[in-house]
Amino acid sequence: MSGDELIPRLRHWIGRQPWQLWIEQTGILARTELRRNFLARRGFWIYLLAFAPAVIIALHAIIDGPRHHCSLTADTQVLAGIFDFYYLRLGIFFGCMGIFTWLFRGEIVERTLHYQFLVPVRREVLVLGKFFAGAITAIVLFGSSVLLSFYFMYVHLGTAGKTYVFEGPGLHQLWAYLLVTTLASVGYGALFLALSLIFKNPIVPGALVMGYEAINPVLPSALQKLSVIFYLKQLLPVEIPTQGFLALFTVVAEPVSPFVAVLGLLGLAAAILVFACFRIHRLEVTYSTD
Amino acid sequence: MRNAPDQIVFDNVSKFYGEVLGVNRVNLSLGPGITSLVGPNGSGKTTLMNLLTGLILPSQGKVAVLGLTPDDPVEFFRRVGYCSQFDSFPRNVTGLDFIYAPLRLHGFSPRQARQLTDEALERVGMSDAARRKVAGYSKGMRQRIRLAQAIAHHPSVLVLDEPLNGLDPMARAEAIALFEALGKKGMHVVISSHILEEVDRISDRVVLMSHGYVVAEGRIQEVRREVKDHPMQILVRCSNPARLASEVFVLDHVVEAKIQNDGRGVLVRTRDADQFYLLLNKVVSQGEVQVDAVAPADDDVNSIYQYLIGSDGGQQ
Repeated sequence: MSGDELIPRLRHWIGRQPWQLWIEQTGILARTELRRNFLARRGFWIYLLAFAPAVIIALHAIIDGPRHHCSLTADTQVLAGIFDFYYLRLGIFFGCMGIFTWLFRGEIVERTLHYQFLVPVRREVLVLGKFFAGAITAIVLFGSSVLLSFYFMYVHLGTAGKTYVFEGPGLHQLWAYLLVTTLASVGYGALFLALSLIFKNPIVPGALVMGYEAINPVLPSALQKLSVIFYLKQLLPVEIPTQGFLALFTVVAEPVSPFVAVLGLLGLAAAILVFACFRIHRLEVTYSTD
Repeated sequence: MRNAPDQIVFDNVSKFYGEVLGVNRVNLSLGPGITSLVGPNGSGKTTLMNLLTGLILPSQGKVAVLGLTPDDPVEFFRRVGYCSQFDSFPRNVTGLDFIYAPLRLHGFSPRQARQLTDEALERVGMSDAARRKVAGYSKGMRQRIRLAQAIAHHPSVLVLDEPLNGLDPMARAEAIALFEALGKKGMHVVISSHILEEVDRISDRVVLMSHGYVVAEGRIQEVRREVKDHPMQILVRCSNPARLASEVFVLDHVVEAKIQNDGRGVLVRTRDADQFYLLLNKVVSQGEVQVDAVAPADDDVNSIYQYLIGSDGGQQ
């Protein structure tokens, strides 16, 4: 088929699809899933994971703030360290693992997946509806935690903190942290959603992914680009002065522009989701063997 | 695959779970009306139903329902409703939401979905309990709410896996009447059930399964005639059973002629029912015997099940 034929055919195919129905179905599925994600008792540990640093920073603000002379530079670097080493590499990573692997695996464990497969919904729409719900859950939980952490880190610095945030680079850093949180939720979310459609127990592959992400800076250039952390690290607003072993985690071996980093991560997430959409067509409801 | 827009077609379908056989080389073409899948536990009934609805994929062969496959779920599941055997529900769901939410996914407006929900609840007698959480339902109520979900969108094909399990006698009779009504309306109703006596009454055809194979299929009487190993049993209620017994007993194809305890009938076991009926006509025309009723005594699902599969269907 020539290119001249392909475009009209593609246009014809796009025109024939029930986009409105798919959008409505995605919305209904996402709303149902959101209720489950936010209200489920089993997800309590994700709240803990998300808000633990905010609580610790709040304690720091309450206890250390009035008594000690805190340094703006030091606190900024501490926040950057917490964001890089805790939020990115632990909190959002494991939070997304908990949220996204449960989207389908949870339905299999609770023996309710067949209800999702017996309605007139394309399985791709099902994947997207669940993915959006998972992404919104992760972004809301970790985004609000980052926001609180940022607030508590600078609120006890008084006027200096206020000036840093509103007249200095503070606000820009906050946006960057929120952008990275969003992209991390999307990237790790897509990855864990896809893994949950391949493996019955995602713990082992999750650990392998964690290792892969950790050694990312020493991997060959092509492999570096196949990881989520590669793109996220480029967008971190504050450089952390690290030495020795820790420097391995913070070094950016091949810097790219923020624009390329954002597009690269979204492209990677989209490619993983496309794979998940293919994969779900092979998923069977055989609870007894799961 | 055979192009059959009004049939459910299994075209050389096999399903293996690893090395375990689910079903093997199933070729079926099911028309409108009620089809009963009959067989002992592990014979492949649920596998067949799951294949039909796309919950599992065939290892080999193809399945089509009214010319559609689950690859196109939008069209497929508008036409198909499945009441599965899985007795599990989404957490915290009420009976009403359990039916309403899937209807919204069908594309019905909130008002239409509510209307269809109410109608389905009414049909299964669950309107009063609709706002309660399903987790608090009895087994029979859970069965009925699943049935309501399967019929709520008015499908053309209804697949029911053990739909009578857990129902009390009254609810069972109502469910059977509902299936019968749907079958008469031209719907394809595929039922698997262990309660053979009740399914027998309403089935247009049976599919007998054993160890993953279809042992026999077709209209019950046709299947019975094919079972040559077991002579047909025909009960004749008549005025002079002794005379009739003596007439038929000399025939080669008659294996047994047993007079009933009340002295008002004779049970004949014959290898050639057509020949027997010819003789019976002759005897009646001679005026020696007055016949009140003639009925095959073992062309029901239960008897066929016992002959072909070798255990008591009613006890399965």
